[in-house]
Amino acid sequence: MSDQIMTMPHAAPRRGAPPAWRKPVLMGAPIVLLLTVFLVFPVGQLLALSVYNGQGFSLAPYQQLFSSSLYVTVLWITLKISLATTLVAVAGAYPIAYLISVTKGPAKSRLIFWVLLAFWTSFLVRAFAWVIILGRNGVINGTLMSLGIIDRPIDLLYGFGSVLVGMVHAMLPLAVMTMLAVMENIDRTLPRAASTLGARPGTAFWTVYFPLSLPGVAAAAIMVFVTAIGFFIVPALLGGRRETMITQLIIDQIQQTLNWGLAGAISVLLLTVVLAVFVLYDRVFGFATLTGETAGAAHNRDTAMRRLGGRVLGLLGAASDALIGLFPRRRPRGTGEMPSAGLRTLVWTMLVLISLPAFLMVPLSFGEAGLAWPPTGFSLQWYEQLFQSPLWMQALTRSLVVAFGTGLLSMAIGVPAAFLMVRTRMRGKGAMLAFILSPVIVPRMIIAVGMFYLFAQMGLVGTILGLVIGHTVVAVPYVVMTMTAVLRNYDTRLDLAAQSLGARPLAALRHVTFPILGAGMLSSFLFAFATSFDELTISLFSSGGLSATLPKQFWDEVTLQVSPVIAAVSTGLLVFVAVLIYAADRLRRRSLAS
Amino acid sequence: MSSSSLTVQGLAKRYGDFVALAPTDLVVADGEFLTLLGPSGSGKTTLLSLLAGLVPPDEGVVRIGAQDVTYAPPYERDIGVVFQNYALFPHMTIAENIAFPLKMRKIPEAEAKKRAQEALEMVHLPHIAGRYPRELSGGQQQRVALARCMVYKPSIILMDEPLGALDKKLREHMQLEIKHLHRELGTTVVYVTHDQEEAMTMSDRICLMNSGRIEQLGTPADLYFRPRTLFVADFLGESNLLPASLGPRLGDEAEIRLGSAGIPGRALANGQDLPPGSPVRVMVRPQNLNIARPSGDETAVMGRVSDVMVTGSLTKIYMQPLDAALPPLVAAFATRNEAEAIRIDDVMALSWDSRDAVVIADSGPAAMPATTAKAA
Ligand SMILES: Nc1ncnc2c1ncn2[C@@H]1O[C@H](COP(=O)(O)OP(=O)(O)OP(=O)(O)O)[C@@H](O)[C@H]1O
Ligand SMILES: [Mg+2]
Repeated sequence: MSDQIMTMPHAAPRRGAPPAWRKPVLMGAPIVLLLTVFLVFPVGQLLALSVYNGQGFSLAPYQQLFSSSLYVTVLWITLKISLATTLVAVAGAYPIAYLISVTKGPAKSRLIFWVLLAFWTSFLVRAFAWVIILGRNGVINGTLMSLGIIDRPIDLLYGFGSVLVGMVHAMLPLAVMTMLAVMENIDRTLPRAASTLGARPGTAFWTVYFPLSLPGVAAAAIMVFVTAIGFFIVPALLGGRRETMITQLIIDQIQQTLNWGLAGAISVLLLTVVLAVFVLYDRVFGFATLTGETAGAAHNRDTAMRRLGGRVLGLLGAASDALIGLFPRRRPRGTGEMPSAGLRTLVWTMLVLISLPAFLMVPLSFGEAGLAWPPTGFSLQWYEQLFQSPLWMQALTRSLVVAFGTGLLSMAIGVPAAFLMVRTRMRGKGAMLAFILSPVIVPRMIIAVGMFYLFAQMGLVGTILGLVIGHTVVAVPYVVMTMTAVLRNYDTRLDLAAQSLGARPLAALRHVTFPILGAGMLSSFLFAFATSFDELTISLFSSGGLSATLPKQFWDEVTLQVSPVIAAVSTGLLVFVAVLIYAADRLRRRSLAS
Repeated sequence: MSSSSLTVQGLAKRYGDFVALAPTDLVVADGEFLTLLGPSGSGKTTLLSLLAGLVPPDEGVVRIGAQDVTYAPPYERDIGVVFQNYALFPHMTIAENIAFPLKMRKIPEAEAKKRAQEALEMVHLPHIAGRYPRELSGGQQQRVALARCMVYKPSIILMDEPLGALDKKLREHMQLEIKHLHRELGTTVVYVTHDQEEAMTMSDRICLMNSGRIEQLGTPADLYFRPRTLFVADFLGESNLLPASLGPRLGDEAEIRLGSAGIPGRALANGQDLPPGSPVRVMVRPQNLNIARPSGDETAVMGRVSDVMVTGSLTKIYMQPLDAALPPLVAAFATRNEAEAIRIDDVMALSWDSRDAVVIADSGPAAMPATTAKAA
């Protein structure tokens, strides 16, 4: 290092120092611009289309909406499925997230790897795997028949059960990741303190740990609910007519009848429900909990509710202690620092169940007989077909290009915004946060349809640029959230130290801030990359008829003609994601070690 | 009743290859106030956690009274713990925090409430019952943690730096409060602190720890005036450590020869049974040094004054001995109105009573004795 700047350069009074507002505005402007032009405007336009049909105002779409019971029924079904999914996914995710948060070392990395693998394995692959498992020639029917338990295949697909299974499977990893963010921040000494004060393990868990984890549960619940309510892959592939969800109706309006007015009206309906849920959430928990910040809003001194809650938790604690007391103590160890074997078995069983479906595609992709279970023979013909198909290869290239572009653009826009959110004090931060998170809040389908309309006006349909912009809109909130969490743990005094050692702000950024934040930035980039790589809803419309992305191509194949090539694609995707997670983890460790 | 004495035998804890606590023996008498003192990372919190049952030991036994509690869970030990980071429950009000242990003991709500309020008054925070921990300052949180621990009058209290965040005045007040409580309730207290002054004023005995083992265990005066190792001499207060070679024993004293010139003198043998001729160090506290004008007195060290500093009530004189093999000495005197007429560059002698000097085994300049320490 050069030793020329050992003394602190005295900040020379610069001519016309930039006004204090300039920096925050420069940092916040890109994201505000992006979301205004490509989210607020198109969604607003779509909603406006429900009352304005180009010539004048008309409430005809709403008359159509409420004239038959169809739409209200579908909305009701949608809510029912989303709620059930939320309940089951959150309950299932809790033990997994809990175990991860209390485990240390390599065991923890292993657990996280499997959750991440499930998280990043394409929704399409996972949903399609259930078609294979539950189908008439599927894994379950095949196994039961060969065991002689049944002699005719039973109908497992196309019902509420199959949709619920597929939805929970799709949402569970998201729930785990969201909850984990909160659970990792719970002070491990608190349950111990409770035990020194006389609380038995069950009571310590229910009266201390559980209430502290509730913001995580709430955040997970709302993330799952909102994602589920705007989801169409699972109900379309695994559901029957009676499991139609409202997003499928929107697709029908656009793709079949081009009825923009009605599509807008349905969107209004859907958006109203989602916003109502979010307002409720904000009132009870506060938005900030979504980014892992400790709840400042949990101030409710509403004693009647709190006392009731306390009673219930106390009873739960006493009950579980009684239950634990039934079992003889296995080892003469103090407070089990190690999580119990029962919990570990439960969680690993769940993780195997989550991962298994996608792995079933591997043997199928090498089989000769197509998609029927069990696979027979060995052949590489499906891979040959895949590599010789220009459609698939073009889709793959396009997806990689779009995902890479999305990663770069999201970082360029999201990182400054994260700095703005963490580093500066400003009024209206809560509103800004809500605005940044709005692409997550607004159901994806509404964004996709609104964007399609806008892109059609701008001539962006079917272009790579259009897809990159569209995907950036939905990926950028994740970049901001990840980077906010990273930055919040970053000691800003390091920057000041660097500056006091003579580094100018940009040099400090380059030599100190970025190297330390590297791992966080890498995972943000990968988050954006993977979001785009697996994005279907926006691509469904905006990729145009001919220039499909990989998920779009997958979707077309699955809905038009099911061929075993899909198993080969799924296997490829699975390997790709596994390698990506592994590499990211290695990189992260190396950057920590250096 | 001796039911709240603590006995530890061969207790050890490792994290992987790292020895957080080497096999340790320790007895804390019923009603005793014992302080764990030592540098950061020396294993104080580890020992405390083992006593409380928060982590299982790798080997060894912990007894409360006659009962083996080595693997008993914390909630069966009737031990109170004040945690280093307070560990207040963030989702409960202060009143609920303090009432928590009472609730666990199924004490009726009305009485719990009354006792919680009394505990709050004891720590001088009667008005904050309805607040949440994050709405308190660090010092207030610490006092609430104390109140939560004392409210159920456990027979043994373990405190991990309970006063670390308080300012000097409040700290002294709380020290008195804790001592008062200790005397009144006859509680056995194991107390962790970084502050040697605090350790000296509060403790019946001090247990000085260093890299996972007990370096020396004894009364504050034992540790201060009769340190057994260089580490102890160095850690507690200022000391002069002079290299010497050991001569023959004379009762509880031993003859010594200081420095390269072999200045003869005597010091307390301090229980060291090293063979004559061994290199040792002789420790004298600065306030035990006396000024002697150069008179050819053989028990004193001659030198040149290099600095004189008045530090409030004390005047410190730094002297470089003429024998270059001896390190600089520091002597401390009460500051008088007419300052002693000692100036820089004066040649003078510092002498001491042989009862004020002790022999310490020399383990090299690093002052890191590895094997000499074993708990009493
Ligand atoms: N869970 C753990 N895993 C690995 N090492 C640990 C763990 N807990 C403590 N240690 C190590 O054991 C040693 C002793 O730690 P301990 O907390 O007992 O120190 P301490 O004397 O209380 O220090 P301080 O005064 O800073 O609180 C430290 O070097 C610490 O790094
Ligand atoms: Mg400690």
